[in-house]
Amino acid sequence: MAEFYGYERPDGTVGTRNHLLVIAPIDCSYEPAKQIAAQVEGAVAVTQNHGCDRDDMVVHNLVGTALNPNVAGVLIVGLGCETLTGALLLERILPTWKPVYNLTIQEEGGTLKTHEKGVRILQEMSQEIGKLRREAFPLAKLTLAVECGGSDATSGLAANPAIGVAADMLIDAGGSVIFGETQEMTGTQQVLAKRAANEKVAEDICNMIDTQERRIKAMGVDSRWMSKGNIDGGLTTIEEKSLGAVRKGGTRTIQGVLHNNWERFDKPTGSGLYLMDGPGWDVPSVTHMVAVGAQIVCFTSGRGSTTGHAIAPVIKITGNPDTYRKMSDNMDINAGPILDGSESLNGVGRRIFDMIVETAGGKKTKAEALGYKDFVVFKRDRAAEHMLGNC
Amino acid sequence: MKKAIQIDEKDNVATVTGQAIEGEALEILNPEGAVILQTKTSEDLPFGHKIAIKDIGTGANVVKYGEVIGAASQDIPAGRWVHTHNVKSVRMDTSEQ
Repeated sequence: MAEFYGYERPDGTVGTRNHLLVIAPIDCSYEPAKQIAAQVEGAVAVTQNHGCDRDDMVVHNLVGTALNPNVAGVLIVGLGCETLTGALLLERILPTWKPVYNLTIQEEGGTLKTHEKGVRILQEMSQEIGKLRREAFPLAKLTLAVECGGSDATSGLAANPAIGVAADMLIDAGGSVIFGETQEMTGTQQVLAKRAANEKVAEDICNMIDTQERRIKAMGVDSRWMSKGNIDGGLTTIEEKSLGAVRKGGTRTIQGVLHNNWERFDKPTGSGLYLMDGPGWDVPSVTHMVAVGAQIVCFTSGRGSTTGHAIAPVIKITGNPDTYRKMSDNMDINAGPILDGSESLNGVGRRIFDMIVETAGGKKTKAEALGYKDFVVFKRDRAAEHMLGNC
Repeated sequence: MKKAIQIDEKDNVATVTGQAIEGEALEILNPEGAVILQTKTSEDLPFGHKIAIKDIGTGANVVKYGEVIGAASQDIPAGRWVHTHNVKSVRMDTSEQ
């Protein structure tokens, strides 16, 4: 049985990385937060861009990120007059094992004093986490998020099916896989519901996709519509187009839908495959899957992508050999050999699986080595959701 | 030789990985990379388009990714191009957009 090398946490979860997270609860304090993080090795600063009103969907995702096992310690740096306070985040992180500190710039007396205090806190945490050693753990302790962006005709043909093979292998080894991007599931209700673990999950899947179709319709667009480019590219029906996207999650039983909103913030409850009701945009989608606990990400892109993440390694895979050649600084795996028959679909899938295990164990992705720390919290428009009857 | 990939063992169509012209020899590879069929295309096939690897009768399911992507609107003999002219979505008719 394959294992991966990770950092054991006091609650039994396992990190693939050992980051210190600096959270600016609002963008007003993000500049000082970034400078504090820049002073200390292993620290990374994140924020959200939805204003300073308390919004529980934003709170859930910031707290979720802090609680991800890839984070060894947390420092909150707030301004002081925001409604989405550091104290609010603090009270949700404090009951866990995780070291957490909260500073507010207005109370500390300006950014220089906050900087000194913040750097000292991080410096000590950085010294302490240096003692942690990686140990071997079963793949049951690993949760993978899968994402696609910048798709082209090779995505549904090579990269997504190959990543699906790797997803199946991880689940068969006891691990968990999350995939999201609800809007790309249009027309797959029946197909995905058929794979649900039980009737409740099946109903949940159908409701999730129907709701997304209603949202898109409310914007005056029919999500079942296919562009001329889709059809010229060889996609015959909306089912085919969507199946090409959902294939990246593999073919196993769907254990549940993870809702990520104001009322609910669901995490995987065991091994297997989970759908996340989340945004279709690359960085927020990855951010939300990591916020519910994914410690590693696989990302397919036909056109090429640079995406990394603040606290999780992002392995990028392209099925387009030209893209791999042009974007080899950014893409980790070339699934292109599937196209000329020099490597099988399953063969590339096994190669992706091996890289997942190796990367979970510490090998850096290209995005990590280049220092990319993408992080964007997505929030739905609550007023629009209310008018649509979704909340 | 030009290739077409069967993505799932249950599929009755394969996707060509390069532009194939009428009469050109084509190898169909299964997910393990084994050649399951050598055929000649009976019409031009652009990159990314599908070829029938089994005879598909009118009304029968067209299967890709191991799932139904539509129903044949006419008989599709093995070797023929499979697209909007001979497949209808069960969900939305693409040919009438």
